[in-house]
Parts: sequence; C-alpha cells; structure tokens
Amino acid sequence: MAIIEYRVEDGIAILTWDDKDRPMNVLSGDALAELSAGVEKAVADDAVKGIILTSGKQGVFVAGGDLQQIEALGSGPIDAADLLKRTSAVLDQLRRMETCGKPVVAALNGVALGGGYEIALACHRRILVNQRHAQVGLPEAGLGLMPGAGGTQRLPRLVGVQSALGLIMQGKQLAPDKALEKGLVDELVEPQDLISAAKKWINEDGNATQRWDEKRYKVPGGGADSVTFAQTMMGSNAMTHANTYGNMPSQRAILQSVYDGFGLPMDRAGKVETRQFIRVLQDPTARAMLRTLFFSLQECQKGARRPKDVPRFEVKKVGIIGAGLMGQGIAHVSAKVGIDVVLLDRDLASAERGKEKVSKTLERRLKKGRTTPDRVEGILSRIHPSEDYSDFKGCDVVVEAVFEDRDIKAKVTKATDEQLGNDAIFASNTSGLPITDLAKASSRPANFIGLHFFSPVERMQMVEIVVGKETSQETLAKAWDYILKIKKAGIVVNDSPGFYTSRVFGTFISEGNHLLVEGVTPALIENAAKSAGMPMPPLGISDQVGLGTMYKVAKQAEKDAEAAGKEWAPSPAQAIIASLIEDHDRWGAHPPPKEDGQARTPGGFYDYHEGGKNLWPGLGAAMSRWIETNDAQPSADIVRRRYQFVQCLEAVRCLEQGVITDVRDGDVGVIMAVGFPAFTGGPFTYIDNYGVADFVRDADELSARYGERFDSPKLLREMAAEGRTFYS
Amino acid sequence: MTDCFIYDAVRTPRGKGRKKDGALADAPPLRMAKAVLQALPERGDFDSKEIEDVILGCVEPVGEQGANVGRMAAMMSGYDESVPGFQLNRFCSSGLEAVNIAAAKVKAGDVDLIVGGGMESMSRISMGAAGGAWSTDPELAWDTSFVPQGIGADLVATKQGYSRNDVDSFAVESQRRAAAAWEGGHFDKSIVAVKDSIGVTMLDRDEHMRAGTTLEDLGQLKPSFEMMGRNFGFDAVAIQKHPEVEQINHVHHAGNSSGIVDGAAAVLVGNKEVGERLGLKPRARIIKSATVGSEPCIMLTGPMPASRKALAKAGMETSDIDLWEINEAFSAVCLLFMEEMGIDHSVTNVNGGAIAFGHPLGATGAMLLGTMVDELERRDLNTALITLCVGAGMGTSTIIERV
Repeated sequence: MAIIEYRVEDGIAILTWDDKDRPMNVLSGDALAELSAGVEKAVADDAVKGIILTSGKQGVFVAGGDLQQIEALGSGPIDAADLLKRTSAVLDQLRRMETCGKPVVAALNGVALGGGYEIALACHRRILVNQRHAQVGLPEAGLGLMPGAGGTQRLPRLVGVQSALGLIMQGKQLAPDKALEKGLVDELVEPQDLISAAKKWINEDGNATQRWDEKRYKVPGGGADSVTFAQTMMGSNAMTHANTYGNMPSQRAILQSVYDGFGLPMDRAGKVETRQFIRVLQDPTARAMLRTLFFSLQECQKGARRPKDVPRFEVKKVGIIGAGLMGQGIAHVSAKVGIDVVLLDRDLASAERGKEKVSKTLERRLKKGRTTPDRVEGILSRIHPSEDYSDFKGCDVVVEAVFEDRDIKAKVTKATDEQLGNDAIFASNTSGLPITDLAKASSRPANFIGLHFFSPVERMQMVEIVVGKETSQETLAKAWDYILKIKKAGIVVNDSPGFYTSRVFGTFISEGNHLLVEGVTPALIENAAKSAGMPMPPLGISDQVGLGTMYKVAKQAEKDAEAAGKEWAPSPAQAIIASLIEDHDRWGAHPPPKEDGQARTPGGFYDYHEGGKNLWPGLGAAMSRWIETNDAQPSADIVRRRYQFVQCLEAVRCLEQGVITDVRDGDVGVIMAVGFPAFTGGPFTYIDNYGVADFVRDADELSARYGERFDSPKLLREMAAEGRTFYS
Repeated sequence: MTDCFIYDAVRTPRGKGRKKDGALADAPPLRMAKAVLQALPERGDFDSKEIEDVILGCVEPVGEQGANVGRMAAMMSGYDESVPGFQLNRFCSSGLEAVNIAAAKVKAGDVDLIVGGGMESMSRISMGAAGGAWSTDPELAWDTSFVPQGIGADLVATKQGYSRNDVDSFAVESQRRAAAAWEGGHFDKSIVAVKDSIGVTMLDRDEHMRAGTTLEDLGQLKPSFEMMGRNFGFDAVAIQKHPEVEQINHVHHAGNSSGIVDGAAAVLVGNKEVGERLGLKPRARIIKSATVGSEPCIMLTGPMPASRKALAKAGMETSDIDLWEINEAFSAVCLLFMEEMGIDHSVTNVNGGAIAFGHPLGATGAMLLGTMVDELERRDLNTALITLCVGAGMGTSTIIERV
C-alpha cells in the first residue's frame, strides 16, 4: 500500500496514513480504497481484535477533502445519477468500517478537519492529542461547501442536532479542550500516549457497535420525532435564511441534509447527504467561492504575481509618515512581525498619541486572551515615535499615510527622499490619487509605489499594490516582499484615479444615490443592497463615512467651477447631501462637533438612537425638490441586479483599461477589500456564471432604462459575440 | 343545481383554552362535539340516521382529537351506525369549509341532509401539536419565506400603517360588542351547554371575554411577537419578502388577537325536500363559497380575494351584503379587510368576535356562520358574508341569504 501502512502490534492492526506524494493527508478516492482494504484485512485476520487508524504526518491526521478534486467535479457538467452512485460508495465504505464487527479507534495525532474528521466520526472512538494546534471540525461551509462523507449525519447523532448544526453551518474548528467539551472527541492524551491509549480502549472496552446503531440510543437533545428537533429546524431555517439572504446554497443544503436524514437508520442516511452535496456542486456558487476565496486568494497570499527574477528583499525597518488611523494600523502589523517601525508625525506628541492608540488596541486583545503580555511588549518596543525625518535613515520601506492632499504628500515625499538609500522603496497609502503624479515629488520615481491598505489594517487582509508609470519591477517585487512579510494578500493594479477596488465600490454607492433620486423607497434601496450580498447598504455607508466628506468634495468642485468661470450645477444627489448638511444639520453617524465645540446629534439618512437606527422619516418630504415621484416601485430583483451589474461593469472597464491585468486579482480584490458579495466569486466570475451574452443583453436593458453607466464595454461585447468567458 | 338550506346551527360556549382553569379542559374534546351533534336531531326532532355524513374541521388532529374526529364524534354522539364522518383541515377556516363541502354535496345531489362543523380543544391539544413541514423542511420554509402568523399580522399592520392605538381600539370595540350581544341575548338560540358524563353543566356561557376592557388596559400588554421576530430571524425573513418595509412594527398582543379557547359547532344543511319531509324550517340559503390561496409569508391577506371571488361567482356586489363577519384572528386583519373591501365597521362583526370570544381553530368558521344566521333573523336583514384568514396564506368566504 502506498498511502496507508498496515501493521499488527499486540493483536491490534495499526493503519498509518502517510501520503508521501503530498505535504498533508487528504481524503481522496485512492486513500479511501486503501483504508477499506486495510479494514478488510484486519477483519479477516482472526488474530486481530481491533483497529487503530492514525497518521504518519507530524501534527496532522487528515486535513480534509481534496479541494482540487472537488473543484474539478464542479467545473464540468454533472451527471447527478452517476455521481450519486459513485459518492455513495464513499459513504458505504465508511459505513462498512463502522459495522465491520471489530472496534476501530481514530488515534488523532493532530489536525482532523473535514473529510478527516468525518472518517474519525465513523470510528467507534476518537482519541485526540492534547495540543493547541490539533484542531478538529467540519470547516467545509466556510468555503461554500458542505460535509460529504457522512458528517451531517453522524455529528448530529453524536452531539445532538442543535450543537451539530451550529458547528457545521459556521464551519467551526475546535481546539482539543473545546472538542472534548462538545463531545467531538472522547478522550485527550499526550502525543506519546496516543497509541497506547487506543490499544487500552480496545482491550478494555472495545465496543464495536456505534452508539447510533444501538436500539436504545437516545440522541442528546432529542431525536427526529422530538419537539426540540422541530424547533431547532424552524429556528435554523429562519436565522440562516435571514443571515444569508438565501445566497448560500450550501447553508441550506446542510439544513436539508440534516432534516431529511436525521430520522433514518445510518445505512440510508448517507445517500441523503450525498444528494445535497451534489446539489451544492450543481450550483455555481460553491465552485465560484472555492476558486476565488481559496485558490486565487492563496495566490494573492503567496505573491504569485511578484516579479520572479528579483531577489528577495529583507524588510527590517519601516518608516511610517502620519500616525493617524491608517498609520497606526500599518505600524502595528509591521511591528507584530518583528519589523522596527519609525512612526513619524508633524510633532512628537502626535506620533506618541498614535503609538498610544496601538497600545490600546493591544490591551483590548490582551483582555480577550488573543495575545500575551510578552508579545504586546515586543510589538510596542519596536514602534519608535518620531518627528524627525532623519530617523528614517536605514529604512527599507517608508509608507506615507498622511491626509489626501497632493501638496502635503509632495512635502513628506521630499523630506523623506534625502534620508533613504537607493535600495529603499517609498509607498503612498493614498486611496485614489494617481501614483504617477505623486511620484513626481520623488527624486527616485522608480522606487515609488502605491500600497493601498484598508481600514482597519489589523483585520483587512487585502492591499492594493499600485504601479505608477515609473515604478520599477524591482520596486514592485520589494513591495510584495513587504506585504507578504506583514501577512497581507496583494493584488497588483496599474495607476488610474481611484485604482481598482475604490472605483468598483464607488459605483455601488452612486447607484444608491441614483435610486434615491428616482424616488425608490429608501427601505427598498437598503434592503435590496443587503440581499444582493453587500455587507452594508449605500445610505447606511454614506452616513458612516460622513456626509461632510462628500459635501466637501462637491464644494470643492463648485469652487473649481467658479474659478474657471463655469456654471456649477450640482447633481440631485449632491444637492440632497448639501441640503442635509446646510438645511438640516445632518452630517451622518459620526458628525463633527459644532463650531462652538458642542457635540452634534448623529443623524443623516438615518436617525440614531439607543438600540439602533431608523431611516429618517422626514427624508422624502425634505428632499422632494430633488426626488422624482415614483408610483411604481421597482422589484427588489431589479434593484439587486442594478447594484451587481453596475459594479461588475466597472470591474470590466478596469480590466479593459489595464488597471487590473488578471481576473483572479479582480475577483479576489473587491471581495476582500470592499465587500463585493463573496458568494458570487467576484465580478468576473459573476459575469461568467451569469453568461456573458445574457449579461450584455440584460445590461443593455438596464442601460436603456436607467442610463449609460450600464453600457457594456467593447471587451464584453466582443466576448459575448465570440462566446468567450473570463476564465476560459 | 339544488339549493342548499341551513336548517339549524348550534355551538358550544367557548371555554378558556387552558388546562389549569378552562371550563372545558377537564373532559376529552369529543365531549364538546357530542354536545352539538346530539342537539341537532333533538332540536329538529328527527332520527340521526337521516344524517348522511358528519364533516368536522379540526386543525390539530392528533391524539385524542386525531384519527378522524368526524366519525369518532358521530359514534360518541350515539348517531346511528350508518352515519359516516370525516375530518378536514383547512386550518382556521376548517369549520366554515366543512359547511361549504357539506353544502356542495347537497347542491350536487349526492346527499339530502348533512352536518358540517368543527371542533378544537386548544387546552388539551396545544397549537402546533400536529407538527408539519412548513417551518421545519428547509425546502418549503425558505422558498415560501415561512414566518409565524403573528409576524404576518404585524407585517400587515406595518404595511398599512396601523398604529398600536388603531389595533387596540378595534379590540376594545370587539369586547364591547361581545358583552352587549350576550347582554341582549343575541346568542340564546344557538348556544348548547356542554355537560359532563354525570350530566352536570361544564359551561353554558363564553368565558374568555373581558367585558369593559379599555385602551389603557390593553396599553399594558407587551407585543407578543417582537422578541421572536427580532431574535430568531423571522422579521428579517419577512422583510426580505417585503423589502419595502424597513422594520416591522410589532403591535399585536394577547388583547388584540384571537383568544386560545375550546369549542365545537355544528350546522345542519340539506335540500328543500328533506326539510319538508322532516318538518324542518329552512333558515337561510348558502349562496356561494370560495377559498383562495394568497402570499404565504404575510399569510393573512386571503379574505379579500376569497370574498371578491365568492361575490363575483354569486353575481353580487359588496353593496348587496347586509352584514359582514371577518374572523378576528388579529385586529389588523379586520382593519385591512374593511379598508380594502370599502365596508363600514358598523356592519362588520356586529356582535364582536374572536378577540373577545376566542378562536377554537377548527370550529370557528361554523360558529361565525351560525351567529350570522341568528343576526340576520334578529335584524330582519337578508344577506351576510362570512370570511376567515387562513394559515399558510389562504382565505375562505361564504355568502348566505335568509329565506
């Protein structure tokens, strides 16, 4: 056997899973066949009284299913009947193992996730090493998948429906203590005692009948005919429907699998799960999520787009200009990985305040037990507040995170310039000013690059790496080395106002404004955005960002127009925001204080009160001058489509204009950075799955009704005509 | 087609649907059915074997009111063994639907004399006891946006802009009318006392009413469905289905929704000939009935399309109806019905309704029909329309005319 080694020790067969072709054991058809063969061999050997299943990989039992195999399965047309037959065979093999007549112990020497834990579930006892990293659970739902090797059937029977559903639907991975507490494993042991503990159980207990095969077995919390089960199903249906907006087929399939199978004998329950598993594969969502959020994201996390021939750049010291929110975050994540940080602001006090904020953040993490005092001390000791640019001497990277003002940015660029050597790179954290322009202030424009971090930096994994006209490949490679070192994922974009992610996101906010002006009910504007999968609706975001920001932009445009002797005509949306501020003193959720220093009451498109917020009931009447009367409200479907299409079209324009060059970056970037709906797999995957020709046709319809922003770019029309897709 | 006449209609008083103090809770539910079924041949002075079927509505047909209470009740009542029976479940309109089906059999000429009615012991068999897939099976629950009925009622109020004061005021008036009706003896003709197995009266008067209820009283009550709606995702599911709503205004509570009670009712219908032969006097004619399906998430908007359909099939207009009876499942349902049908409260639920009396699920429809027959006679009017909103998004309406 190539994957699973068989040996007999003390009258017990030990099956050691060690797939030499892979860094980790994964559940594949080949491995399962060997497992079955091993079980049969042990069963046939009268000298063997029990079986121990363990792994030869350090710290890992079986890490899960073979995702590539699963993605491939979902990529082609699916013959449901055939797949049902083939996949059911997997379930039959595990069923055979748990009914083979000899006790089988899963000796879990480490991580047992997904398919790995499902195998353990089909054993009669689960013994886990008591080591922090030895996580167990069924994480499939996190990737838009579901357990497919009996997990949705055995886990509810083992720990009860309510507990099992919570674990499966959230894709929870549990550390050993939690796993024992929740009943996912029966026993925790030190690594050196693992096999002896397994042998001991076989010798002293060795019950070879699964508990759910016992006639008198009562499932914890109640079986399929219990009121608890009905109530759990009712509650789970509503909560999951509410939270996913029906956008996640796997979540529903998990519930369906449990509902359909829970009352059945285990012999028949597997097929019920397989049906739902196939249903998930038949829907494009799982494959879309798997490709973008697993495979493509991994590339962004590994720097697949880093120029290959540049030697690796070791970042030891980083300078950060501006100790505001972004500067603090960048300082924090840099210091966390051992980089020395000079955090500079216009005076030392401001810089120190910035460090103080990082310290506060760390204190909170400490309180929650997410870090240790040692680590906190280490991080803080590496952040050096400063007001003196000469402290930047020896920096490998300097990131400016100052106010979005060209003059200020030029000033700090120049001030830094003379302190840096030719190997160092300078990065601007601008969220939209063209890098090529900003680089003009530098004496080394080839070393100048954009690193667009997202807030809060500690939590947002994505960084847009913006390449200006003069930016060298070497600088790009160095920027990659920096962001990979601070454990971020990157996408590479070419210079253009707003870059990529902000451009796409901007169209979403602006679509909300269009809808408002068209007289669509604000509740519908917001609800349709949420059901489209956007984490926050447009009017709610405007309030959060602050209406003052948008107001200032419009005012500046007005001034510019006046200066140029042109007539200024604000758009209705701009007029509404101006009126909210000027006539109603409504600045959003976090208003600036009044001129006299007094606090302003929060309020914008929403009223804010203890316990929540409500759309401002006076909005329609107050803004009636700019809002059209609309007797026929559009359907939520149409509104949803407008939000999705307007963003997808902007993404295609970015691709056509060369702002992004890789659709995988395009898909990952907007999901990770600006909350584009993850279930779609990103805008390009969305269009592919919609059907390019269908998309163009429906976009044309929207364009005719709602405006040219829905016109398809030439690229898309050509693709439709030629029958091409983004991923073909 | 054969005309179908109502010869008699009787009902039990409604007992509180609570085991601890409900007057009808200490005897099995069939005893209520026995009271009304025995009353029909007695009052009409005919042999029970003249009855060709007993159709009883029941919404939780399990346990002691399970397994075909129609036949069980006929046997329990000492009906001749030739009298068959069956149970049907159209949720809240079951009692009315039983009469409608009975009438249809008469009109078709399949039977001459038949009983339709219903029963429900909510004290002994709790709501939801029969289970069902709607809320539990993901396929059904998700695709039809299942939410509990009370959330639907609050959604109706939210969409129509009915305030807490609006729905409470309606409830206060229901209590006032109910008390006045009892005071005036409006129900005397049709109430049949329920007796226990030693012949002692268990209940002879509706016991759920709270005469003299004021707006202030109701103001004390907390919304019943707010916690459930907000904490368990139901509000969000309802809003996803009705995305023009920002937030559900939870206005319904125990005081402006139908009460939980026990009760049974039976209606004797037949053709002209059987009445003449047995010496029964026809009291009213069943003109038309209709049941329709409607959007299941909001669930309670069926009475309007059902009533319009029945009216259209009868070739009638709303102005042809003298009295209206809409089951007071929730205040908002009645307010919506009056608003959409353009009818006045003064001719609607003139003797109060389920907010005061309670709503014994399977029986209510037959009870409402009976009270309308009585009231048409008392007021010397001609036509009435009885309607109920029905779970899972349905509505049933029946139009009757005095003869």
